[in-house]
Amino acid sequence: MNYLMRRLAAFPLVLLGVSILVFVAIRMVPGDSITAMLGTEAGLLTPAQRDSLAAYFGIDQPWFVQYWRWIGGILHGNFGISVTYGRPVLDVILERFPLTLELALLSMIIALAVGMPAGIYAATHNEKPSDLGVRIVAMIGQSTPSFVLGLLIIYTLSAGFGVLPAMGEFAPLRQDPLRNLSQLVLPAITLGFAFAASVTRISRSAMLDVLSDDYVRTARSKGAPARSVIWRHALPNALIPVVTLSGIEFGYLLGGAVIVEHIYALPGLGRMVLDAILQRDYALVQGSVLFIAFNFMIVNLLVDLAYVALDPRIRLGEQ
Amino acid sequence: MTPLLSIRDLRVGFGRNPQANEVVRGVSFDLADGETLAIVGESGSGKSVTALSINRLIDFGGGRITGGSMQLKRANGTIFDLMSATEPQLTGIRGAEIGMIFQEPMTSLNPVLTIGSQIEESFRLHRGLTGRQATAAARDALDRVRIPDAARRLKYTPNQLSGGMLQRVMIAIALACNPRLLIADEPTTALDVTVQAQIMALLAELKRESAMSMIFITHDIGLVAGIADKVMVMQNGQAVEQGELNQILDNPRHPYTQHLLHAVPHFANGRATRADGQRDKDAGAEPALKVDGLVVRFPLKSNFFSRATGAVHAVDGVDFDLMPGETLAIVGESGSGKSTTAKAVLGLVRSTRGSFSVSTRTASAERSAKPVQMVFQNPYASLNPRLTIESILAEPVIATGGRVDTETRARMASLLERVGLPKNSLQRYPHEFSGGQRQRLCIARALMLNPSVVVLDEAVSALDVSVQAKVLELLVDLQREFGLAYLFISHDMAVVERIAHRIAVIYAGQIVEIGDATSVLSKPKHSYTKKLIAAVPTIDRRREHFEIDTRQVPSLVRPQGFEPAPAKWELLGADHIVRVET
Repeated sequence: MNYLMRRLAAFPLVLLGVSILVFVAIRMVPGDSITAMLGTEAGLLTPAQRDSLAAYFGIDQPWFVQYWRWIGGILHGNFGISVTYGRPVLDVILERFPLTLELALLSMIIALAVGMPAGIYAATHNEKPSDLGVRIVAMIGQSTPSFVLGLLIIYTLSAGFGVLPAMGEFAPLRQDPLRNLSQLVLPAITLGFAFAASVTRISRSAMLDVLSDDYVRTARSKGAPARSVIWRHALPNALIPVVTLSGIEFGYLLGGAVIVEHIYALPGLGRMVLDAILQRDYALVQGSVLFIAFNFMIVNLLVDLAYVALDPRIRLGEQ
Repeated sequence: MTPLLSIRDLRVGFGRNPQANEVVRGVSFDLADGETLAIVGESGSGKSVTALSINRLIDFGGGRITGGSMQLKRANGTIFDLMSATEPQLTGIRGAEIGMIFQEPMTSLNPVLTIGSQIEESFRLHRGLTGRQATAAARDALDRVRIPDAARRLKYTPNQLSGGMLQRVMIAIALACNPRLLIADEPTTALDVTVQAQIMALLAELKRESAMSMIFITHDIGLVAGIADKVMVMQNGQAVEQGELNQILDNPRHPYTQHLLHAVPHFANGRATRADGQRDKDAGAEPALKVDGLVVRFPLKSNFFSRATGAVHAVDGVDFDLMPGETLAIVGESGSGKSTTAKAVLGLVRSTRGSFSVSTRTASAERSAKPVQMVFQNPYASLNPRLTIESILAEPVIATGGRVDTETRARMASLLERVGLPKNSLQRYPHEFSGGQRQRLCIARALMLNPSVVVLDEAVSALDVSVQAKVLELLVDLQREFGLAYLFISHDMAVVERIAHRIAVIYAGQIVEIGDATSVLSKPKHSYTKKLIAAVPTIDRRREHFEIDTRQVPSLVRPQGFEPAPAKWELLGADHIVRVET
């Protein structure tokens, strides 16, 4: 509990660092909201027009004043207004986030449901043809870019067989769960395939390590059947690397999956952030990067708590 | 009467072509009910593989049984063929009729499960017990192996218990279902000598209580005397000699058995100490190393920002001096502070208080840049596998700012020859050498800078017994030749007896007894020294049963600012003092 408080207390510090980084980084990029909006025609503006537009976008002040106003606003729950959407940044983000979260969760479920059994199977059939087969598929899964796989799936399923609508207006989960799931299954498989491949490889190697450990031999010497040796004695000890990997991958997915969102025309966080960067929508970029960083920290915290639950030797917050 | 276990011409191989890579080559023996067979041999002799073949665990270790027959008489009198048994049949035998304990108790228990659930598992698997019944059975099993406070300990995970306690838990698991055969594969090798004595006593007592048979595997022929009825000596995968205990120990026929019994250090209560280099008090020579009031403490903090709430007193006021050409052995159990003392002398840990003075005058009258050098315990881990021997030997020279010139190379060549390695070793890599050869390399490396003091931290503990003897001989020769002073840290009293001129017994961070080796070993005064010496297994004390002692080593954690009372010493002879016990 004490540990949890201290971890949470560190959050604002990290977020402060992230906020400075993203604030500076987005302003290092040539161009600003005005050039992004008007393109080459921005050069035709009179100085007076330019000044008034700059004042409108809030970019007429020195950087530290802009930063100070932004941070001051955040402390009052105001993340600023998105220039492109003309709405509060937080609203725009929260509107997009459920889809991204759902997609990330679905992909992780697919990855764990497929990857772990495959990895365990390969480890227990080490160096047999079936192990080799699993390893080859995992290698292919890891090395196939998601746009190739995504297009391949769309082509074969939608175009070839006419199953599952991959396109069309996105239906949020609460409005139309069935339609929502049918829209997300293919993107989730596309993302989950590479994810599952990583999970397979890491759970296979972790299981192989654990299966040669002394306590597995002890379990066998007690007369524990193969099933119990694998599930009760070996697996809990092999989970730590799987949790680490899944946490990192899940954290990335929460930041949005630009390519897959693009292929399946999904309004997720990834595309939104990319557009915001291209539009020099400073408030939206800054707000969403902070949001993504916050999610990553939450996931990391959950991963660390999972370690404690899995392994009694790990004690958090002790020197 | 049919024996409990009958093994004929057992052959076990490894790898893709097991027939060509046989590790066990035709071993036969019988084991009667209630009998204990000790299998003795060095690493690689095939003794563990033989044991793992009996319950067919070898199948999971990459081994393949290539020939022979193995028959077990079951509880109901039927004969069970272990060779042709299927895996489900074998899971019914393992744990129920054949129990097994292993060498490393620290790694042999599942780290993520409580010891209670690991003991209960045996009852679940073979007795069908569940819930409260299983818990009660587990508690009784812990009581049986004399673990105090069993009910509470059931909830512990393995990391919360010491090695000795964990080995008892392992025994509790192995004996949970009253197997008729217990296989103990080097069960005490990883334990301290006093803990070893406790485990041996426990095994002997449990065997008497339950009339089970036992196969006891060990590399230490001294340990056999206390427990075995029959002995089988293995070498290179074959049983070179087997027979009754007394016949093997008193009239060994095979040269290898004779070698094991005679060439290997056995503890002789101070009768086998060195005759050379007795301490000459009035010579007034300058000591090579003088340690005065050494204190090493590690502060304990609850977190990074808070102040220390206490300290681990790893070394608490240690004084000694070491003359050129003399060996001082520091003996004690793990956690007693003997290795920390050595590290402090080398500057590898910072001492909290105390002073050292190291003489830089060496026997060859050259000044050495680094007068204290060290040889570590594990020769497999202390040589960088990516460096050639030449680079390894050049390392200390480079580290002290020297250049690798013809003189250095000449020194390398002469040291290699001196430690008994072939001339062409320089361009080779560590993996091309055996354990004993690697330790010779480590010794040569330590001597590269012409030190006056060499710290040997368990330097022969990782070596096979017959290799140990040769490395000890080499150390003695080098000491005479170069006038080296050795600080020899060891838990092995038999080894210490061979090499030490003086012995310091360290217990809970303090020296409790120090003096002339013969005097300390033959007339120990302090209760801890007595306990330590009594725990050493010897072939002379046959079938002697140890008292089971469940006392733990006292905690070294002290409150902040705690200072131990100044030591009072009692003089017991020209060179033998003992700390007065309070």
